[in-house]
Amino acid sequence: MPKITMREAISQALMEEMDRDPAVFILGEEVGVWGGTYAVTKGFYDKYGADRVKDTPIAENAILGAAIGAAMVGQRPIAELMTINFAFSAMDYIVNQAAKLRYMFGGQFTLPLVIRAVGGGGRQLGATHSQTPDAIFAHFPGLKVVSPGTPEDAKGLLKSAIRSNDPILFIEHATMYQVRGEVPEGEYLIPIGKSKVQREGSDLTIVTYCKGLELSMKAADELAKEGIQAEIVDLRTLRPLDMEPVLESFKKTNRAIVVEEGWKSYGVGAEVVSRIYEEAFDYVDAPILRVAQKEVPLPYNRTLEQAALPQVPDIIAAAKEVLK
Amino acid sequence: MAETINMPKLGFDMAEGMLVRWVKQVGEEINKGDVLAEIETDKATVEVESPASGVVLQHIVEQGTVVPVNAPIAVVGVKGEIVSDQSSVSSKKVADEKPLPAKPTPAPTTQAVAPAESSSPVSGQPSVIKASPLARKIARDNNINLASIQGTGPGGRVVRKDVEAALTSNRSPVTSVPPASPIPSYQLSTSTEDKTIPATKLRQAIGRRLVESKQTVPHFYVTHEFKMGALMDIRKQANAFLPDHEKLSVNDFIVKAVALVLRQFLNLNATIRGNEIIQFGHVNVGVAVTVPGGLMTVVVRDADAKPLRQISGEIKAMAARAREGKVKPEDVEGSTFSTSNLGMYDVEEFIAIINPPEAAILAIGSAKETPVVENGEIKIGWRMKATISVDHRVSDGAEAAQFMQKLAEFLENPVRMLV
Repeated sequence: MPKITMREAISQALMEEMDRDPAVFILGEEVGVWGGTYAVTKGFYDKYGADRVKDTPIAENAILGAAIGAAMVGQRPIAELMTINFAFSAMDYIVNQAAKLRYMFGGQFTLPLVIRAVGGGGRQLGATHSQTPDAIFAHFPGLKVVSPGTPEDAKGLLKSAIRSNDPILFIEHATMYQVRGEVPEGEYLIPIGKSKVQREGSDLTIVTYCKGLELSMKAADELAKEGIQAEIVDLRTLRPLDMEPVLESFKKTNRAIVVEEGWKSYGVGAEVVSRIYEEAFDYVDAPILRVAQKEVPLPYNRTLEQAALPQVPDIIAAAKEVLK
Repeated sequence: MAETINMPKLGFDMAEGMLVRWVKQVGEEINKGDVLAEIETDKATVEVESPASGVVLQHIVEQGTVVPVNAPIAVVGVKGEIVSDQSSVSSKKVADEKPLPAKPTPAPTTQAVAPAESSSPVSGQPSVIKASPLARKIARDNNINLASIQGTGPGGRVVRKDVEAALTSNRSPVTSVPPASPIPSYQLSTSTEDKTIPATKLRQAIGRRLVESKQTVPHFYVTHEFKMGALMDIRKQANAFLPDHEKLSVNDFIVKAVALVLRQFLNLNATIRGNEIIQFGHVNVGVAVTVPGGLMTVVVRDADAKPLRQISGEIKAMAARAREGKVKPEDVEGSTFSTSNLGMYDVEEFIAIINPPEAAILAIGSAKETPVVENGEIKIGWRMKATISVDHRVSDGAEAAQFMQKLAEFLENPVRMLV
């Protein structure tokens, strides 16, 4: 299998789906002539034209409003948010409209909408442009939230998202576009709402997703040098959350940590840990720990920013703690 | 209809008991009378029998939990029946009552015990066996007492590997019955060092009750010497045709005689509560039995109405259970008058402390052949001294003396007991 970057994988997914279905179109800030802030849609404008690759004003509520309307009348819009932090400007459209229209109109409308949003910190973009608010969006029934950690998953999941008739928030990490990974050649889909064991192990379970997967894989390599075999379960989709592989792994290892980039309080880790306690209490052999972002607005200063974000040594330390 | 099973009250002063082991697991079928669980009280480990038949639907408390009397411990019902929430049972867990293997001299347990009339949960900080849920499950599945396992997790938490190690090395007792250590044989100690030994729960219970008795009950004592020749004869005759395991003891006769006489002395088969004397309707004679680490009083119910052979058999069976730490609640509960017999130790006479809330106790010495004066002649005769201790709030010396006279009529004319 060829090794390609996350950027190429996402780009391929978009292009394949646009080729396949003329109802698919892209709208967002700088997606057209400029080729995307993260260069994901480079060349799309020339290939598909302004009708299907639409540059918009800097107005997220307008982007989402237009996308939702288009989806309600049968188009398959892919709305790109330059950063997920700007989703707050369009919060009403996302959580009150997109997430609820199908429900409130008794199924008269479907909403085949994909919101591609770039999240995460680590690029010194300051407190308001570096957040990882995934859990906020995963809180709302009606909105599916997908956040891949490998190029293979990114491509397969995005293609599934575009073909889905439900609104899906597809979160990509700002520091992962250059991550390379093997991607199958040709057409393939990965179902939304399925967690996956990305690395097998027997001593503890690391539950994570997106950027946390990259960090956890590195931590697992380090732990393996000390004879600790960590199993890594990648959630891939935050809603609907597939706990089966997590529980299966946990019943084997009896010890776990959850790694996420967002803040610890009220986060993805809290949800996963609660589910484990609810559904596998008799298998718990040690308190389950969370590795997450420090509870501060993310600093601009590089050293401080890195200190506030979860890092590989934090994961290793937490793993050793639960193995005590 | 599911039936909730409560912590039984196994003695007058029992306020709580520790559920040491579930004999029937959730999902298992159980018949009325089957042993459901084992409970450790002040006195012993006793088996709790199910009052209902069906399937064990729920264990409301975990092993190792101290549960107040009458608080629910389990639910028995029809398979598949939905159990309403019973989990709001107030209870506390104790760490281990038994010393851990690694700690030879643990501090004595100083657990407060609620007064007899209180059935409310004992207040205070609960001490919990620290164990992971997984360790608990494995222990539960294998009938291991977590309290017997030394935890190696943070803060001494018992984790999976500790339970598994216990399973493989089999060092933990499978049941929680206290090891039936034989009564220590007489040993010469060569050590000159003082030794601190924790008082067992039984020892503590004896101490607590008898201090209460001695400090609150005004005892008086009446000693009588009984002519035992006729009784020794009739016993010999009876035993001649009884199998070995059914031979009658002198004490069996005394229990029967005491019971018959108590029917005439209602004040000595009584208790005092405030300004009221309660004369018991039944005559249940307690018999003190030596058990490892102390003594227990087993109870012959309605001894006045039972034939000697039955009294003898019941005492033998209950005494055996008591020594094995397996007494049933009814074995030790409900005595209305107690007896204590040190005859087998060649004792002239002694006096006993009243077993509260009873009004009297009879301390019985050895029956022995001794020179006696009969009709102006010195002869050899069987004699036995016994001393009754009586609560002066309930009765007086004359009544006690008359009781002893009446008792003599039976003991000295034992055929009266047979008709």
